[in-house]
Amino acid sequence: MSASLTHRKQLDIAKIRNDFEILSENANGRPLVYLDNAATSQKPRQVLEAVDAFYLHANANVHRGVHFLSQKATTKYDAAREKIQTLLGARGPEEIILTKGCTEGINLVATCMSSPNSPLGSSERRQPYLGVGDEILLSNMEHHSNIVPWQLAATRVGATVKVIPITDSGEIDLDAYRALLKSGKVKVVGIVHVSNSLGTVNPVREMARLAHEAGAIVIVDGAQGGPHLRVNVQDLDADFYTLSCHKLYAPTGVGVLYGKKQLLEGFPPYHGGGDMVRTVSFEETTFAPLPAKFEAGTPNVAGVIGLGAAIDYLASLGAGETLAARLDSAFEKIHARERELTEYAMGRMAEIPGLRLTGTAPGKAGIISFVLESVHPHDIGTILDGEGIAIRAGHHCCMPLMARLGVPATARASLAFYNTTEEIDALVQGVYKVKDMFDREAAPAARR
Amino acid sequence: MNSDLRELYQEVILDHNRSPRNRKRLDQPTSQAEGHNPLCGDNVTVYLHSDGGMVTDVAFEGNGCAISTASASLMTEAVKGKSLAEAESLFREFQKMVTTPGEDASHPELGDLEVLAGVRDYPVRIKCATLPWHTLHAAISGVNEKVSTE
Ligand SMILES: Cc1ncc(COP(=O)(O)O)c(C=O)c1O
Repeated sequence: MSASLTHRKQLDIAKIRNDFEILSENANGRPLVYLDNAATSQKPRQVLEAVDAFYLHANANVHRGVHFLSQKATTKYDAAREKIQTLLGARGPEEIILTKGCTEGINLVATCMSSPNSPLGSSERRQPYLGVGDEILLSNMEHHSNIVPWQLAATRVGATVKVIPITDSGEIDLDAYRALLKSGKVKVVGIVHVSNSLGTVNPVREMARLAHEAGAIVIVDGAQGGPHLRVNVQDLDADFYTLSCHKLYAPTGVGVLYGKKQLLEGFPPYHGGGDMVRTVSFEETTFAPLPAKFEAGTPNVAGVIGLGAAIDYLASLGAGETLAARLDSAFEKIHARERELTEYAMGRMAEIPGLRLTGTAPGKAGIISFVLESVHPHDIGTILDGEGIAIRAGHHCCMPLMARLGVPATARASLAFYNTTEEIDALVQGVYKVKDMFDREAAPAARR
Repeated sequence: MNSDLRELYQEVILDHNRSPRNRKRLDQPTSQAEGHNPLCGDNVTVYLHSDGGMVTDVAFEGNGCAISTASASLMTEAVKGKSLAEAESLFREFQKMVTTPGEDASHPELGDLEVLAGVRDYPVRIKCATLPWHTLHAAISGVNEKVSTE
């Protein structure tokens, strides 16, 4: 292991790997090498125990009962929301909307922006925020979940989706972005914080500043930002920020939508149902204040409590008096660890003849996509799987990006702080095996 | 190398992947169809030339994984010169072979296509092998439609 990994402020990886029991499993008879963290991360024991403890000792519906268990469940649930507020640096818990995933968060925003807002029973009818001829700017590297909801919204109101181009290294073309903003018609900018295909960390703060100058609202897809970066929505000045919590060491089925209070208050409700209302009659229904207004129906209580435990777990990797301070210190270590791993992996992968890295932006996160000259990514995926190595092969829900890169698909290894340089070595060995099988010319001497 | 993988990526498959047969566009095909695998984004176009119910020429274009490329290549060799009905019956037999798990029965009627039998142990890859066949089937159905309107 390189000397720089033995840094004073380092994570105790052996201890951490014990918390993630699944990392010691075998896959296809080989020790599992899990490099598909961008698809979903593994969950530490502490998260699973919190979910178990909820079902074993506190299970009840939330916000509805006067009884003991319901209050216990509600307390845990509300506490989780406050932890999320701290994680994202939001002004208050009412700016944290719990969803079932990043996808739902973006759909909520796109739907509300393209729907008229008319308090039920009143004759007042406000036009949708988006209207005919308005422009929605989305980068060429967006995930389908930050494209399709906007296409649906644009169709609803007669707006247009325009593409912010990217450079060959996989970075936003900021000059082109500035030029697009000059049209005077841009109402929304959608940008992925960290690209799930390229690993690029986008200059979100700068992009938000420019968008605001042009009078547009910014929604940041933080599905991959949350796990890798210490996010502060106020510092970024994002109007909306979404998380996909199963990628953040929490259970599946939970997402977060952060939104500026004033914007969320101006939105019509998204889903109607229980919990999101103040009073209901057939003549007039009034809505609950934030965040309940956007949380119709029974939420994923256990999942949200699991998310609270995941935030606590991350914080436990750092030190400090407050949750915010512990998260600051934990993410400093996580970031340092992931940087080391990423640089090591990028270096070793770049040595492989015939391998092209897609996404080489400086300072990128640990998401390493590549293509081999003569082997389709699916075959790479299957052969690596035979070696116990889990990567993803495909278009990563980024078909417009694949078209831009001129490839049908890529192979992608995505790292988490619990990965090791040995696992990266296994990946590199595995790629050489793939090459051996497919191009007989590949000189075995090229192998380490 | 994992021995099961050798079973999947047999030499014949690797060879057809390296140098696919009949990978070209046909001028004036009787019909053509496009196939798409949403999982991996792979596309294949099958061109069919038929005359009097016989496959007189067949070719494909597209970029896919080794399994789908080899399957398309082997398919064109298998159905050329056969009747449309025989091609359809090969499709059914092929599909049965790759979707019946653990089946070790031999399939002499499938000839070279049997090298793809290993796919049945890789559920996520079965579609790669059957995509060209589904596309051929669509092309043949197109012919039938045309035939019926004549
Ligand atoms: C960048 C990005 N955005 C959005 C999503 C969608 O997340 P989910 O499917 O959990 O809603 C993902 C996950 O695949 C992603 O990587």
